[in-house]
Amino acid sequence: MNGDINLPREAVITERIQDSQDTFTMRLSVSGVDRFSFLPGQFNMLYLYGVGEVPISIVPDGDSHNSFDHTIRVVGRVTNGLGELQPGARVGIRGPFGRSWPIDMAKGRDLLLVTGGLGNAPLVGVMEHLVKQRDEFGHVDLLHGVKQDAELIWHDRYQKWATLPNTRVLLTADNPSPDWSGSQGTVVDLFSQLSITPQNTTAMLCGPEVMMLAAIERLRGMGVVDSNIWVSLERNMQCGMGKCGHCQMGPKFVCKDGPVFCLSEISGYFGKKGI
Amino acid sequence: MNQEQKFLPRHDLDRLLQQLKEESYNCLGPVVRDGAIQYLPITDSSDLPAGVELDQVPAAYQLEFTDGDRLFNWSNGPQALKPLLFRPRENIWQVQRDSSGNLAFSQADESVEPTAVIGVRACDLAALELQDRHFLVPGAEDPHYKKRRDSLLLIGVDCSQPSDTCFCVSTGDGPDLRSGFDLAMTELEDGFVLRAGTKRGQKILDALNLSAATETQLQQVAIQSEQATARQRRLLPDAGVQKLLLQRPEHPHWQNVAERCTACGSCTSVCPTCFCFSEHSETNLDASVSQQVREWSSCFIPNHSNSHGHPVRADIASRYRQWLTHKLAGWQEQFGRSGCVGCGRCISWCPVGIDITQEVNKLVEDTG
Ligand SMILES: Cc1cc2nc3c(=O)[nH]c(=O)nc-3n(C[C@H](O)[C@H](O)[C@H](O)COP(=O)(O)OP(=O)(O)OC[C@H]3O[C@@H](n4cnc5c(N)ncnc54)[C@H](O)[C@@H]3O)c2cc1C
Ligand code: SF4
Ligand code: SF4
Ligand code: FES
Repeated sequence: MNGDINLPREAVITERIQDSQDTFTMRLSVSGVDRFSFLPGQFNMLYLYGVGEVPISIVPDGDSHNSFDHTIRVVGRVTNGLGELQPGARVGIRGPFGRSWPIDMAKGRDLLLVTGGLGNAPLVGVMEHLVKQRDEFGHVDLLHGVKQDAELIWHDRYQKWATLPNTRVLLTADNPSPDWSGSQGTVVDLFSQLSITPQNTTAMLCGPEVMMLAAIERLRGMGVVDSNIWVSLERNMQCGMGKCGHCQMGPKFVCKDGPVFCLSEISGYFGKKGI
Repeated sequence: MNQEQKFLPRHDLDRLLQQLKEESYNCLGPVVRDGAIQYLPITDSSDLPAGVELDQVPAAYQLEFTDGDRLFNWSNGPQALKPLLFRPRENIWQVQRDSSGNLAFSQADESVEPTAVIGVRACDLAALELQDRHFLVPGAEDPHYKKRRDSLLLIGVDCSQPSDTCFCVSTGDGPDLRSGFDLAMTELEDGFVLRAGTKRGQKILDALNLSAATETQLQQVAIQSEQATARQRRLLPDAGVQKLLLQRPEHPHWQNVAERCTACGSCTSVCPTCFCFSEHSETNLDASVSQQVREWSSCFIPNHSNSHGHPVRADIASRYRQWLTHKLAGWQEQFGRSGCVGCGRCISWCPVGIDITQEVNKLVEDTG
């Protein structure tokens, strides 16, 4: 990397998967290195030649040391262009950046993972850790919500996770089609199906802020304290490493101090309008 | 460091500039340009603003031309050292794309020459130290900033005439130089009392071969410092501000400021500690090379906080709150001290005269 923290590295798209109508996965490996290490919840700044950079969560590609996935929803300028790229195309990568999920702190405890939309991407790493080290944790509930069932990606992953011992996977859609087998409603509606031990549960949330705020209210109501609730946040990010100032929320740089935060660190301002 | 203070007669100031040139420094100094004082290249002491004094009040910056001899008898210009190190706009890297689509990333080239800046103020140096804490975080140093930072030699001057807008006494950063200079000067009627702050500064001082400052001259320095301190009226409250700003985001006074603030971003561009930037790509015509450009940004620009296509801080009240809260509270947690060095620039360069010290005092006084 020749010591310049600003400089991207070249990465090659080795595979492209269309996950749903507006979401695709690019499998990447960084040119000239045989190991790309990251922790669950971290992200990269992904550069599209001549257009710009966007922050994207890193999804593990099985046990590979140098290959990883970015699963991307096409919403605007950069994501549109990234969606056009085919295997063999080159992009730029800076990262991995940010703080990861508190897997070590959660060992021996029950887990409650709550995600909405593409908020499941940063938590794939946690579930894959679970696949390998299932006995490190107690009961696991994985709740995920989408708007329409056609939006649900990673069916096979969810199926695999549902077969793990002592693990419950609950899926829901706001407006499901007739052949949807999950629940109907928001991911927070699924909380009525839970029976958790509040003191022994670590909750990890990622999705739209309104969803996380609703989930936090329910969790507090159930007796889960803020120090056991973790959230992953999104803000405008230009640099990803605590320099450009855009991602600030109160005194925190979301890119560097987060994106994963313990709720008790940010409860004074998270969810307050305009902070 | 040898604390011995030397005296440089006024008519010998060019010997100092000559010495800097002999040591291969480019010299920047205060020059009157476009109605304001700016750090620009100088050849000799005749480029410096002799007799210029300065009246700064909220929303106004007015130079006064007297027939006095003093060269540094004004407080500060619209920019501190920030643009010399953290450029308003620069290329940070480029990427070349060959015909098979391979990408080669490389650092943007820039040749940097040793540069001496003369006339630097205590508030400028305090702000520089804060920018260093940001851009030179160990392990995450910005190479462009670092290169220019390493090339600087800083010759400070104690402030003899703070403006009405200055409050560096209240923030503990001035009006006398505290640290961060290579060489410090105090301007008296007939010359300059010099002291070195670093080995490099000492070397220059030694080369000038000056006589020691007299007891009388040192007394004059002390009196001038007391007078400069006593001129300052504005106070930035300290105790409790951090907590108040972070915990009372719904204070009604934010709306009061928002009704006056035009969200022009002048305050963030003149503030010597603000560090926000944006990046974008610029590609040449045949699309074989693209430059990554970084440019100053401001939390007053609506899209500064764009997330999911919408600004997190949609109204002016929340953007002013971001600016002030970051400056006085966020910095404390991020860098261990307040982000305000009391230079007063945001007060004089605000087109509607919003005064950080008054607004903070309002926020502290009436708890809403
Ligand atoms: C830490 C972090 C991790 C992220 N991980 C992922 C990830 O794994 N996968 C992923 O797809 N995205 C992820 N994002 C979001 C992603 O960075 C943005 O979607 C992306 O920056 C949009 O860039 P763009 O140039 O395509 O859109 P822009 O041109 O910037 O936006 C154009 C329009 O798109 C809409 N828009 C922009 N962003 C979003 C959004 N996120 N959702 C809905 N509408 C939007 C707006 O209406 C906007 O007007 C992450 C963001 C952060 C901060
Ligand atoms: S906030 Fe205002 S007075 Fe304080 S350092 Fe910035 S410009 Fe100067
Ligand atoms: S967020 Fe605002 S106050 Fe803070 S550094 Fe950026 S421009 Fe300055
Ligand atoms: S993304 Fe630049 S400071 Fe966080």
